[in-house]
Amino acid sequence: MADIAPVVLSQPTPGQLMRKRMFGHYGFIIGAVVLLAIFAIALLAPLIAPHDPLDQQLARKLIPPFWHDSPKATWTHPLGTDGFGRDYLSRLIYGSQISLLIGFSAMLISGVIGTTLGVAAGYFGGRVDMVVNFIITTRLSMPVVLVALAVVSLIGNSLTIVIWVLGMLIWDRFAVVMRSATQQVRNLDYVAAAQAVGCSTPRIIFAEILPNIANSLIVVATLEMAHAIILEAALSFLGLGVQPPEPSWGLMISEGKNYMFFDPWLIGIPGTALFVLILSINLLGDGIRDVTAPENRN
Amino acid sequence: MIVYALKRLCVAVLVAFTVSILTFSMIYLSGDPAMALAGESATQLDIENIRRYYGYDQPIIVQYLSWVGGALTGDLGHSHYLKTEVSEVIFRRLPVTMTLGATALTFALVLAIPLGVLAAMRPNTLIDRVALTIALIGQALPSFWFALIMMFFFGVTLRWLPITGSDSWRNFVMPAIALGYYTTPAVMRLTRAGMLDVLSSDYIRTARAKGLRPGVVLFKHALRNAIIPVVSLSAVQFGFMLGGSIVIETIFAINGLGQLAWESILRADLPMMQAIVLVLACFYIVLTFLADMLNAFLDPRIRVS
Repeated sequence: MADIAPVVLSQPTPGQLMRKRMFGHYGFIIGAVVLLAIFAIALLAPLIAPHDPLDQQLARKLIPPFWHDSPKATWTHPLGTDGFGRDYLSRLIYGSQISLLIGFSAMLISGVIGTTLGVAAGYFGGRVDMVVNFIITTRLSMPVVLVALAVVSLIGNSLTIVIWVLGMLIWDRFAVVMRSATQQVRNLDYVAAAQAVGCSTPRIIFAEILPNIANSLIVVATLEMAHAIILEAALSFLGLGVQPPEPSWGLMISEGKNYMFFDPWLIGIPGTALFVLILSINLLGDGIRDVTAPENRN
Repeated sequence: MIVYALKRLCVAVLVAFTVSILTFSMIYLSGDPAMALAGESATQLDIENIRRYYGYDQPIIVQYLSWVGGALTGDLGHSHYLKTEVSEVIFRRLPVTMTLGATALTFALVLAIPLGVLAAMRPNTLIDRVALTIALIGQALPSFWFALIMMFFFGVTLRWLPITGSDSWRNFVMPAIALGYYTTPAVMRLTRAGMLDVLSSDYIRTARAKGLRPGVVLFKHALRNAIIPVVSLSAVQFGFMLGGSIVIETIFAINGLGQLAWESILRADLPMMQAIVLVLACFYIVLTFLADMLNAFLDPRIRVS
């Protein structure tokens, strides 16, 4: 009898389907690549920055970037120098560290607070839900920028304080989204099954609920990371965030403001960097949402 | 409806109460407010005098009650720096910020609602793509940077608009755009989603089937229902704008509440800072309450649940 090769009816696995969606989604790819590149720049800053970002030399101040026709433009300082004669490219490179560090840490803090509140409200419902809703409403009624500025001015400003203040202020979206996501999941059969088998509440929350709301958690996390980065830049711009001479992008825009009528690139360059970073995070977030839950696109 | 309204009102009052406690405790964030006021060169006697003068020697409960009691009757205390009534300064500055907020919101709605409707009418076409791209870019532009860029182009290079001050309507054009565009993505997405939802519903199909003109179907039947969530979002966003105007007012030197807040923070003028936070929070609470009521009025399903 001749061997008959078994016919394999190959059905793509969910993982393959997701990978296919991922690599067919331009926004996701662009966002991920740009964000990874900025992340790499931040990590490798000491290696790739051509100069010390804090080194002031007034003799070489306000050199324009390379695309200017001015005879002062030089490739030693591709993006020129600022009003204190510090190399702008090096400051830009080191600035990415501050933005990413603050964005990520503030997002983690707010994520822990917001997810705890949201999951508790969604899972337990009833009185817990009422209390959490009340806390969310109270938080939303406090103006973020104003409270952040006031608190930072009162307890002093350092990187750590800015991170904590932002983290404690922007958890509201985490709480709102996690609450409704948990509500959707908690009455599904597998949660009921886990309860019937006698799993403990923490186990149900960590093993059944959280993995199933992780998608929306990641999407909110990207949004809030971008939010924290914008807020830090605004705080530093107003002089109450990261303090000079640190190279925060918001602070660079604030310092460049004094020269903006004659040397507009001083605000153009750090602002563009901020815009690109936030855009890439948002693209990635939108991409993750489309890839993991294509049915929620509209 | 009345039961629902009373419930919401109770929550609103409770929130306002909690906010007042949080705002009040702000002065103790720095440790001893009297010491902070007196400065570094002050003697122990100066500090004691200041403590007694401003009532910081009283028990905290008494201090809180007298502050809140004053706030309820419109007395928000004395400014440490300006040496005048806080409420007087605030109410002189408030109209400027309200004008700015209202203009910004108008700008956002005028831009976002038509874009959202257009995007929903032709989903996944060029118009839709363009609208979504605008939304994406809007969300990524830091408002203070956008404000500076506008200032440079329209104020300095083209000389179309004045770059600082708050004397004429021309002063409000750029600040309103800078403050308002940040809201457009949210409003646009909500309008688009609402319209997509409504346009695929049965009663729209019926309206089309009975031969109504497309314009009538779109505006009289569809938009009216799709716009309900946008109304409450607008109220919320208006509250956020009043709070966010601090950055924009500082850049354009607009003499409103935001700039006052920033100056008070730099001067460590605690009563003023507290009062501004409290006033803005109360505004937000009132706005969301009104939005809830309007929503419940427009959509009976909300009242019942």
